[in-house]
Amino acid sequence: MRLKANIMDAAQIDRALSRIAHEIVEKNTPERVALVGIRTRGVPLAETLHAKIKEYEGVDVPIGTVDVTLYRDDLSQVAASPVVQATELGFSLEGFHVVLIDDVLFTGRTVRAAMDVLMDYGRATSIQLAVLVDRGHRELPIRADYVGKNVPTSAREVIKVTCAEIDGEDNVSIHEVEEAVR
Amino acid sequence: MTDAVAAARETSESSADDGVTLNDDLTSIADLTRDQIELILDTGDHFREISERPIKKVPALRGKTIVNLFFEPSTRTRTSFEIAGKRLSADVQSISASTSSVVKGETLLDTAQNIEAMAPDILVMRHKSAGSADFLARHCSAAVVNAGDGAHEHPTQALLDALTIRQAKGSFEGLRVAIVGDIAHSRVARSNVICLSKLGADVVLAGPPTLMPMHANALGAEIHTSMDHAIADADVVMMLRIQVERGGNLNLPSTQEYFRLYGLTEERLALAKDDAVVMHPGPMNRGVEIASSVADGPRSLIMNQVTNGLAVRMAILFLLAGGGSRNVEATS
Repeated sequence: MRLKANIMDAAQIDRALSRIAHEIVEKNTPERVALVGIRTRGVPLAETLHAKIKEYEGVDVPIGTVDVTLYRDDLSQVAASPVVQATELGFSLEGFHVVLIDDVLFTGRTVRAAMDVLMDYGRATSIQLAVLVDRGHRELPIRADYVGKNVPTSAREVIKVTCAEIDGEDNVSIHEVEEAVR
Repeated sequence: MTDAVAAARETSESSADDGVTLNDDLTSIADLTRDQIELILDTGDHFREISERPIKKVPALRGKTIVNLFFEPSTRTRTSFEIAGKRLSADVQSISASTSSVVKGETLLDTAQNIEAMAPDILVMRHKSAGSADFLARHCSAAVVNAGDGAHEHPTQALLDALTIRQAKGSFEGLRVAIVGDIAHSRVARSNVICLSKLGADVVLAGPPTLMPMHANALGAEIHTSMDHAIADADVVMMLRIQVERGGNLNLPSTQEYFRLYGLTEERLALAKDDAVVMHPGPMNRGVEIASSVADGPRSLIMNQVTNGLAVRMAILFLLAGGGSRNVEATS
């Protein structure tokens, strides 16, 4: 895999998340917002948004994580998926505008699976979607409500997001593989 | 899973994945590596949460068929496998010996081939003959899970015991685990010795000489005939069931005498470490191998074992059906 370009550095990521945090509380009553990060890299992004909403509005919104491994539709297609992690939703979804957070929006299948997880936990008032990067190539009728950066890509390209909490630095880069990824 | 199918699968998948995965069948702990055991425990740990949800079901195994073949009586293990399959959305069918055509004289191979013709994905079997699970695996393309084969192995019990110990103690290094009772007839003891040794614990076996297997040393555990010696300084005391239903064929003078010499009482438990925990695979004979005050006491993990049994079996079914391995990143 060959690095083509770095497209967001730590400062740009922080600026995008600040804007998204403002957009979330502009669109919804802050007291009715709940944030849910999709494992793995949606989790630190959700935590950053949580801190920013607290800073701007003084509201400590509920925050949780979902693991979608058990809800994927490609169990038998991919030879390997990561070890299943627990879903942690320590609050009732009832009455909340739940914002799902992930790093990259691509086919939409992960988001579809994450919505199914939320449905099993209760009836949220609404489910919204925030992503750091939207790279296109949707395979399902899904769109993001909040986007950090739109990055047009080809199927041969891969978007790599790193988070300080997991990988040591905040960065978004675009890579090219020899063969198509899909 | 037949060898031909396994070989075909291996060539198509091995290059795509350098993470840890399970083998095609789970018939014994002896066949598992330490990494595979830990993959099952880690996955099982996370599956416990599903049973605490408002909707206790995930769609992971939707469209998969699991057949439970129980040629020996079982309530706990069979129910555990049934619920595990159902919580993962698989279609589960259980067949027990009294309702099967075994009573009409059908051989195991014929039964297996007939069920195979209905294309199940996973077969879970308990059978009185040692080696029957491997036999089934050789003749069926479905993944086979051994739910106990004679006095050979009971791998899912050992895995749920290991998960329970890990939750209570954190790790296995340097742990002293005493297993007490009818070692000779116990597949639970065999699987546990193999599993715990692979994980780094020291295992001590104790029981009357008449219930000790002929070549107990081959298991690689310390052997005692005195229970007090065996449980001294133990971190975990695991009591085995005396098969009282075998009546006069127990190789014991009486169950009362057995309780006096090998029963786990509060006085005896005091010989173990202060934070020692008590386990029993069930079903218990209170007053034969364990006193009620210990079984229901604060150090008993017996109910945790049952809860973990469900989580571990969910993990095994999920992993055998192709989900989850280590060191691999998902795509968004």
